[in-house]
Parts: sequence; C-alpha cells; structure tokens
Amino acid sequence: MRSKWHWLIALDIVAGLAMLGAVYMALIFAPDAANLASENEIKAQHIFYFHMGCNVGAAIGLFTNFIASILFLVTRQRLWDGIAVSAAELGLAFGIGVLASGSIWARPTWNTWWTWDPRLTSAAVTVLIYVAYLMLRGAVEDPGRRARFAAVYGIFGFVSVPITFLSIRLWRTIHPVVFGAANPDARGGFALGPNIRLALMYSMAAFALLAITLLIHRVRLERRREEVEQLQERLTP
Amino acid sequence: MRSLRQVAAIVWKDIVAELRTKDIFSAMFVFALLAILIFEFAFDLRVDNVREVAPGVLWVAISFAGVLGLSRSFSLEKDKGSIEGLLLAPLDRSVIYFGKMLGNLSFMLATEALVVPLFIVLFNLPLYLPGLLLVVLLGTLGFAAVGTLFAAMTANTRAREVLLPILLFPVLVPVLISAVKLTGGFLDNIPLQENINWLRILIVFDVVFLAIAYMTFDYVVEE
Repeated sequence: MRSKWHWLIALDIVAGLAMLGAVYMALIFAPDAANLASENEIKAQHIFYFHMGCNVGAAIGLFTNFIASILFLVTRQRLWDGIAVSAAELGLAFGIGVLASGSIWARPTWNTWWTWDPRLTSAAVTVLIYVAYLMLRGAVEDPGRRARFAAVYGIFGFVSVPITFLSIRLWRTIHPVVFGAANPDARGGFALGPNIRLALMYSMAAFALLAITLLIHRVRLERRREEVEQLQERLTP
Repeated sequence: MRSLRQVAAIVWKDIVAELRTKDIFSAMFVFALLAILIFEFAFDLRVDNVREVAPGVLWVAISFAGVLGLSRSFSLEKDKGSIEGLLLAPLDRSVIYFGKMLGNLSFMLATEALVVPLFIVLFNLPLYLPGLLLVVLLGTLGFAAVGTLFAAMTANTRAREVLLPILLFPVLVPVLISAVKLTGGFLDNIPLQENINWLRILIVFDVVFLAIAYMTFDYVVEE
C-alpha cells in the first residue's frame, strides 16, 4: 500500500524544488522592467511572476472542477465528485492568491489596494462563486444529493465566468494586458523582454506542477475520508 | 404542443395558488418598494444627482425582491409536499422546470409592473421608456432562468433562504451589469447602437443559462 505512493513523494520533491526555482527566477534572475517609473513600482513588478503563477493554478483547479462536475453527472461515480470538490478548493486557494498578489502589486503601481476595474471585479466574482460552491456542499447532508447539486452549480459557475469576462472587453480597463493586444489605457504595464518571458514561463510551469501535486494529494485525502466513512458505517450497527 | 399545455397547466396552478394567498406577490412588492425608499434616503445624503444611481437602485431592488419570491416558490411546494405530486405526474421534468420558471417570471413581472412606475415617479424620470421594458423583461428572464433552478436546489438544503442569494448573485453578475448599463443608457437617451453589446450579453446570458438549466434540472429534482 505504502510503496504505491512513492511516485507521489518524488513528485512532491520535484514540485518543491520547482517552487524554490520560481522564487529564484522571480526575484533574482528576472531583470527589472525597464519602463517603470519609481523604485517601488520596479520592486513590486516582481510579484507578477507569482500573480500569473496563481492564475495558472486557479485555472487548473476551476477547469478540473468543471470537467469533473460534468463527468460526475454523466457517470455517477463518486470519484469524480471527490475530484470536483478537491479542484474547487484548490482553485479557490489559488484564486485568493491571485487577488492578494494583485492587490500588493496594485498599491505602489495604481496607488490603491483595490479598484473596481472589470478584470478585478470578475476575478473577485469568480472567487465568490467557488466560495458559494463550497457553502452549498456544506449545506446538503445527503452525499448523493450533495454531489449532484454541487456538480450542477459547478457547471453554472464555470459557464458564467467567461460571460462575466466578456463584459471586461466592453468596459474600459486600467488592468495591463501583457499577452496579446496591448491596452493603451493600462497603468503599470511593461513589455516582455526575453529574460522576463523566460522567468514568466518558468514560474507558470512551476505553479502548474505545484497545483497538480496538491490536487493529487487532495483527491487522495478525499478518497481516504470516504473509506473511513464507509468503515464507520459498517462498524456502527 | 402537449408539453406546451402541460407547462401552461403548471403556470396556471401557481398563479391560482398565488391569487388565493397573494403571499409571494405582496412580499416582493413591499420589499422592492422598501429597498427603493431606503436607497433614496441613503444616497440622497451623499450623491448630488440621485438620478445617476437610479439604474443601480432599480436593479438591486428587483434582484433582492426576486430572491424573496424565488425562495418562496419552491419552499411552499416542499413544505406542503406538493413537489412529490408534481414529480410523480406523468410529465417530462423539463416541463416542470419551464412551468415553475414561467410562474416565477410572471410573479416578478407583475411586481415590476407596479414597482417600475413608482420608481419612475420617485426618481422623477421620463415616463415613456419602451427600451426599459425590454431590459426589464430580458433581465428578469435571466434572473428567473437561473433562480428557478437554484431555488429547487436550495429548497433541499439547510438554511435555504440564506443560501439562495449567496448562490444566485455571483452567477447573475453579467445580468446585473448589463441591465444596469442598458437602463442607464435609456435614462440618459443614449442611442441603443452604442449599448448594443450590453444587449447582446444579456441575450447570450438568457439563452445559455436557459439551455443549461433545461439540461441540468433533471439532476436537481431526481430522488
């Protein structure tokens, strides 16, 4: 039983080293962005590598939740429900990381912790959807019903995110767009030089690895919990 | 054709039950009115031109009142055990969804038919606003489409009245944003062409979420 999980321990170590590497890449390897005005802005810009990394982690979590929700409704296997709840928790944790790191960056750059910019708003709404998802799970006692309701809500939540995101394109935004078309009204944007691009790609990959590792652990925990529940049911007459 | 008649029968059942008690309608109407009045007092102290915030006030009032009505619509069925009868009837489950959804939609529209004119009077707005009717109809449709499904879920949970708005509002953000934008556009006489994308978002939301609710309602009510 124990030896079955040797590969997971190896994955833990790889993910841990990759995250150490991400710290190095973000703080030491990545050059300062050239066009930013103040010392504070230049220093704060380095959090961008973790901001994008958290974004990747959140995207992995929420997308996995969506797929697992659909697969649960189609197959009715408890495994998918376990994956869905694990992925939602993971996505929520990284989502809060996105908001927190963005906020820390925004203070020196935009001179405010928070602004009701559409992109920020939709990130906050997304986090709230998955808080609601977990609250819904907490409010239903019957496991079968809980899994069905959560799967339906997970699908609704995930579909509403791009529609919320669509409204961003309509509103004028001050959030920098680093990939794709530049936003002329953006404040605090910067161009991607080759070294910045390398550091960014590396930290996004490291965060993806971290997210997947955590997800595997969380799914494993969920299955153990179910096993314990079943054993308890068998023991109590 | 037969399923249309079945949907109509469910809507009619809800309307008759409502006409006998007037529970949902009166609660929604009074609550919406109170919300508008409270906003009027609260904003009047700080905002120079209350008209600026009028669209937001209207939609917050509609959403809060709507949640009240939605949570009643399924908790009544649940408490009196009539939901079992409805589920046992030889009907397609989607017929039940559309019946309940249209019932909720008509209660909300009936409330709005009284609230919107009062809102126009209290905020001193132009009386003739055909565009506003379209926005109210589309926004309420999106609200009822998602809300009916979530109300069917929360009726089976602990603390159902508390949970429904928590589930509903984050998903409904696109409806609220685009409805407020469009309402503001009509109040300021901005031509619809400039706001046409908001109208598109509202229609896309309505269509997409009606379709998803239609596909998933089965999973919510099965026992």
